[in-house]
Amino acid sequence: MTPPTQPSDSPDPALDAALLSLHRDVLGEAVPPTLLKAAHQLDTLQARTARNRRWLGMAASMVLAVSVGWFAHGALSPGNAGYARGSLEREFVRQASFAHEVYLPEKRHPVEVAAAEQEHLVQWLSKRLGKPLKVPSLAAQGFELVGGRLLPGDAGARAQFMFQDAQGQRLTLYMGSLQKADNATDLQSTQFRFESAGNTPSFYWAEKGFGYALSGQVDKATLMALASTVYSQIH
Amino acid sequence: MSHQAIVQHIPAMRRYARSLTGDVWAADDLVQDTLERACSKWRLWLAGTDLRAWLFTVMHNIFISDVRSVQRRSGAHPAVPLEDAAHELQAPPSTADLQMDLQRCLLQLPPDQRAVLLLVTMEDLGYAEVAKITGVPVGTVMSRLSRARERMRELMTQQSSKPALHARATTDTVAHPPALRRLK
Repeated sequence: MTPPTQPSDSPDPALDAALLSLHRDVLGEAVPPTLLKAAHQLDTLQARTARNRRWLGMAASMVLAVSVGWFAHGALSPGNAGYARGSLEREFVRQASFAHEVYLPEKRHPVEVAAAEQEHLVQWLSKRLGKPLKVPSLAAQGFELVGGRLLPGDAGARAQFMFQDAQGQRLTLYMGSLQKADNATDLQSTQFRFESAGNTPSFYWAEKGFGYALSGQVDKATLMALASTVYSQIH
Repeated sequence: MSHQAIVQHIPAMRRYARSLTGDVWAADDLVQDTLERACSKWRLWLAGTDLRAWLFTVMHNIFISDVRSVQRRSGAHPAVPLEDAAHELQAPPSTADLQMDLQRCLLQLPPDQRAVLLLVTMEDLGYAEVAKITGVPVGTVMSRLSRARERMRELMTQQSSKPALHARATTDTVAHPPALRRLK
């Protein structure tokens, strides 16, 4: 009927005025209670987050206290550069396994930000860790992302992502810098390494000074396969 | 963000939703979905930025995805029952009728154009804000607005001169012709 119109702005005072008065009466109507109730959910949701934060603070200081003890132990021990580097890595894995054990049994607050807000979660943790992070998908292996949280580490912020399968078995992927940027002379990369010194077995690897540890109570072969999947998805 | 801040925007959200959907219940459902989503995603709202624009963005996304899922399910365009329309069109003109005509014409616009037209005229938002809310470039906002106004003029003229039987649907729905179809 009409050829496609050129994009030109032709305001039409009569039309605009008519639209401006359309359903004007709605503005004066009382807001239905169901809508007010929907808006009030905000208070509950915000309060829940504040509670989570407080609780995280407690848990984090607990992890930190234990880590500081270990770090002091490592620093006071005699050793050479190779030993120091080894202890750095061991320390990283140990912290990963502590964090795993602290949050593993958590029923109500296993994570700080849930998987439903994955985009926000990734943006937030990437910002705090100063590195674009990727969350691997382990759905093919039966593990769904539960969410993630921010944790303190020796060299600054660390992140933990939690996964869970249909039986409730949980895995955590812990990541962060091994050393503070200013004293990281050589940014090491390491091969996969299996650690089972703590209560929770972990596969650990590092890529240019950034460490990763996948921890969970599954057998070594399964954990290895899961770690390879993670590795191939995030590198 | 506080719930009072959100509550204060509800009347404008209801009115916009009413004009967008043309239906009292569908409009309040849309507002309710928007409030629920906004509350659960409140962390995504950047403090200090325009809360109203953010709420309208959330609402726009829900509206568009609802429209798409309805279209996918029915494979059809929104249709206006011909007999009802004809009856209303032949009634003597009054303010209420004018509103109904306006609403009916609005519903014949493609949803994207309808949203842009309402955001600019009813909500008095700038092109840049509308572009942000609808997630398209400013140029697209301007061309949608211009097409929407053009179409509205045509539709309104058709409604007032030759009633329903000749009222034609839109031009850019050539692929799926008449939007006015007999339902019974």
